[in-house]
Amino acid sequence: MMSASSVPALETRALEKRFGGIVASNNVSLSIARGARHALIGPNGAGKTTLVNMLTGVLKPSGGEILLDGRDITALEAHERVRLGIARTFQINQLFADLTPVETLGLAISERLGTGTHFWRVPGTRPEVVDEIAALLERFRLADVMHERTAVLPYGKQRLLEIALAFACRPRVLLLDEPAAGVPEAERHEILAAVAGLPEDVTVLLIEHDMDIVFTFADRISVLVNGQLFVEGTPDAVARDPRVKAVYLGESLDA
Amino acid sequence: MRGPDVSTSAKLASAISAQFTARARWSPLEVLFWLAALATIWLAPDHHLILTEIVIWALLALSLDLILGYAGIISLGHAAFFGIGAYTAGLLAKHALVSEPVLALLVSGAAGAAFGFLTSFLVLRGTDLTRLMVTLGVALLVREIANRAAWLTGGADGLQGIGMEPVLGLFRFDLYGHTAYAYSLVVLFVLFVIARRIVGSPFGLSLQAIKGNPLRASAVGIGQTWRLVGIYTLAAAYAGVAGGLLTQTTAFTSLESLSFDRSADALLVLIIGGTGHLYGGLIGAVVFRFAQDWISAATPQYWQFWIGLFLVLIVLVGRDRIGSWVAPVRRLADRVSDWRAWRRPPAVEPTAPGEGGRP
Ligand SMILES: Nc1ncnc2c1ncn2[C@@H]1O[C@H](COP(=O)(O)OP(=O)(O)OP(=O)(O)O)[C@@H](O)[C@H]1O
Ligand SMILES: [Mg+2]
Repeated sequence: MMSASSVPALETRALEKRFGGIVASNNVSLSIARGARHALIGPNGAGKTTLVNMLTGVLKPSGGEILLDGRDITALEAHERVRLGIARTFQINQLFADLTPVETLGLAISERLGTGTHFWRVPGTRPEVVDEIAALLERFRLADVMHERTAVLPYGKQRLLEIALAFACRPRVLLLDEPAAGVPEAERHEILAAVAGLPEDVTVLLIEHDMDIVFTFADRISVLVNGQLFVEGTPDAVARDPRVKAVYLGESLDA
Repeated sequence: MRGPDVSTSAKLASAISAQFTARARWSPLEVLFWLAALATIWLAPDHHLILTEIVIWALLALSLDLILGYAGIISLGHAAFFGIGAYTAGLLAKHALVSEPVLALLVSGAAGAAFGFLTSFLVLRGTDLTRLMVTLGVALLVREIANRAAWLTGGADGLQGIGMEPVLGLFRFDLYGHTAYAYSLVVLFVLFVIARRIVGSPFGLSLQAIKGNPLRASAVGIGQTWRLVGIYTLAAAYAGVAGGLLTQTTAFTSLESLSFDRSADALLVLIIGGTGHLYGGLIGAVVFRFAQDWISAATPQYWQFWIGLFLVLIVLVGRDRIGSWVAPVRRLADRVSDWRAWRRPPAVEPTAPGEGGRP
């Protein structure tokens, strides 16, 4: 499926992040092929979110580089990376409390289309934007709350909006930080179906603690422990690896 | 997998458009507000002097609302732009450089904008406290420069000998302030309409996004720098026009226009009326100026006391309860309580210190 010759969609080289004494990322060299369904797993505090924060420009690495399609993006700002096609969801919802889902999605779409700085136009007057908002509302079951302020939405809906917002960016590389965390079973299915329904050439990195989800979804798995890449391979290989069992799977299966 | 039946998606699409256009439409309450304001031109001819003052406060507070209410930039130095506008208008008139008032007012706005643009880069980053200090510092600096440059500004005596030409060459300023009031009100209305249009645009929406959640704003591709520079510059232009109006309607300008009191009162006016809905500054100006007048007529020495008490009440009790009759304030009203619920992480999820953005 993956052509070995092609440049990885996303690559890190010796990426490092220190918070004072804590080394949250230690020499992480990760390569994610175009169109991969890549899972990143590891115990709490392993540095998964820290890694995503560096990939998206929220945190500046203490060392190392990040390449998108072979291009060094380490120095780029977060919003510039979005324009190059990286989008993400946050482990803890990051939404606009005072805006409605419609406004929120409209914002992301306008930004993508480059019309976000128009200052003399009523938003939502372009049919293609409206249609896209409608499609996202429908797909993520947000149509019934489209007029509500985000702050008053139930948690499950906020979670769906969080995911929908990343989709609205039409990313080429999508980073999902525990998208289903805290979501009831029914809506969890919704989220996973949406992820599964992404075009094949979209590269997805999924952070997830639920091993059922991970093994259904992933064609490749990286295990992060104490900020370091511990094991990487196909789901089968990782599942069979005794070290992984000891460090991560064992503990989570016991729980 | 895609195509749900056409009628529902068409309905959904029109509901989406409706939501956007509803925001843009003028509500009857707004129309009433402006008709009432217009009516004072004929109905309250004896009060045109104080009404002109109110309009100028309103415009200054509106300007502050653009940055505070829509972009979350707090300032204690807004008088810098106001004063620069005031002196610009004064100098233009005094030396007959631009003698037609409307044109001179545009130049005042441009002067405010230019200085706003230059200093905007100082307030792009940082906490509320750093912004307060930086804006305060800049305003003090400008005031001191104006004080020292007495050869240009008249220093502590103020800029005297300003003679005003008729507005548009037609309307002569009169002793009772009739022309001044009508002129100021028209300027306020025009600038209000422009501001309303801008904050309702995609650009305005993105400012609210930056204010609401900068972390998420950048994660959907919104770059902050130029947008904040843009709104700060615009606000400075508005403040410059307000200052220019003060000079033109009083044929005088002094260091007061650059003073800390002016900055602080502008903030006070805006807080009284409420931030983030454009009318706050306008309503605040009316309340502030009339309250000032009444209270200081009754108990001259206690004006500061009452306004102080009022301010404490507003902040502690919440303007929402005091002024719930202003419909748009309701949006602001629920914020604090909702915000807490919204931030509460789900029970199953451990708190993750890695989340939460830039230091
Ligand atoms: N801003 C920060 N300041 C200080 N320490 C931090 C910061 N962010 C993360 N850390 C630390 O870095 C380590 C990695 O945290 P991170 O949130 O990346 O873990 P994670 O793998 O995402 O965990 P979880 O599964 O709980 O989400 C932890 O020890 C955490 O305490
Ligand atoms: Mg995490």
